[in-house]
Amino acid sequence: MIANLAALAAEEEQNPLIPAGPELLVGAIAFAIVFFVFATKLLPRINKTLEERREAIEGGIEKAEAAQTEAQSVLEQYKAQLAEARHEAARLRQEATEQGTALIQEMRAEGQRQREEIIAAGHAQIEADRKAAAHALRQDVGKLATDLAGKLVGESLEDHARQSRTIDRFLEGLEDASKAEATR
Amino acid sequence: MSADQTQLAFDWNCRILSDNGCGFPAPGLHSFLFKPLFTVGGYEFNKVMLLALVTTLLIIGFFWVAFGQAKVVPGKLQMVGEAGYDFVRRNIVYETLGKREGEKYVPLMVSLFFFIWIMNVWSVIPLAQFPVSSVIAFPMVLAGLVWVLWVSVTFKRHGFVGGLKNITGYDKSLGAVLPLVMVIEFLSNLFVRPFTHAVRLFANMFAGHLMLVMFTVASWYLMNSYMIPAAGVSFVMTIVMILFELFVQAVQAYVFVLLACSYLQGALAEHH
Repeated sequence: MIANLAALAAEEEQNPLIPAGPELLVGAIAFAIVFFVFATKLLPRINKTLEERREAIEGGIEKAEAAQTEAQSVLEQYKAQLAEARHEAARLRQEATEQGTALIQEMRAEGQRQREEIIAAGHAQIEADRKAAAHALRQDVGKLATDLAGKLVGESLEDHARQSRTIDRFLEGLEDASKAEATR
Repeated sequence: MSADQTQLAFDWNCRILSDNGCGFPAPGLHSFLFKPLFTVGGYEFNKVMLLALVTTLLIIGFFWVAFGQAKVVPGKLQMVGEAGYDFVRRNIVYETLGKREGEKYVPLMVSLFFFIWIMNVWSVIPLAQFPVSSVIAFPMVLAGLVWVLWVSVTFKRHGFVGGLKNITGYDKSLGAVLPLVMVIEFLSNLFVRPFTHAVRLFANMFAGHLMLVMFTVASWYLMNSYMIPAAGVSFVMTIVMILFELFVQAVQAYVFVLLACSYLQGALAEHH
């Protein structure tokens, strides 16, 4: 068998660098078919698909970007609103504090006024009572004194003028005594 | 199939230490020759041609399934196909030619890459076990195609005189050595380049196939008496070589396409 093949090889000049015509032809045809199908059919199709994919991905990215921008703007709005609300709250608190202070001030003033009124009324009452008491006392003391003096002196001091004079003199004497006591 | 009749064509009874007087049936050029499967109008149709046509069917079949109903959200097969397509497009064509210039050469380069790669891979596929690209005709057709393309692009882009200047590496600043450089460049670009382009692929696959056949045959040949451990070593080497060949097959397909792009780049460049 080896001899057979060796003979075959010898027949065909044994040079592996010399191509055989039919093989060249078959090689050319085989490659031409591959190239033709690739160039006209398969590669355009896959290129189209790749392009579609690229577009789909880019579309997705664009959508995502839009959503992100919207989210950002909403966030900013929300933050602005929050800041405004905080500001408003602070303002209200400030106002309430001021109002409260004013109210307290007012009530304190009112209390003061009422106290003073009460005190003043008390003083007036006391003064009136003292006067009434003094008046009543003057009359009672005068009567008692004249009665006592009449009993002691034995003479009636019915005479009004005399009676008054005597009483006044007595009271003056009392007041002098009390003044002297106070100065001392 | 003619596989057993050709590349594994040796006497099955021939073993080391056996006294029937036969030697090691070393692989050689005869490992690359096939008896015709049939003849068409006087021309022989052999296993290599069959494998080349099956290569075409396989590639188109795979990509038809992968890309036929391409979806925006890809299935598994489409993802694999896209990865391969994208690798050639971005890592080879766009890298060398740029996106703008390279776009229209993408189909050619993608076809070249997968066609060459699968032709190479046959080397380790059971029953086939023969790299189509180890037959010079196939690399030669492809290298010739690339040659025609870059030469015509050169003249189309730069006109006749400009094209010649481009090919001969015309550069006034070289002064006296310019004629010498022009002759060398002319020969190297127009004649040596397509030859090395084809032979680089051919020789790699040729040598790889020889190695595989040698270790495979030796594994059998050594399997006798106390030489059996040596047969084991040879078998392990067969496995190692298969893995190495898988690597080389992909690298050679890549290199072939990369060189094709680099020749085109030279043709499109303003100054050589």
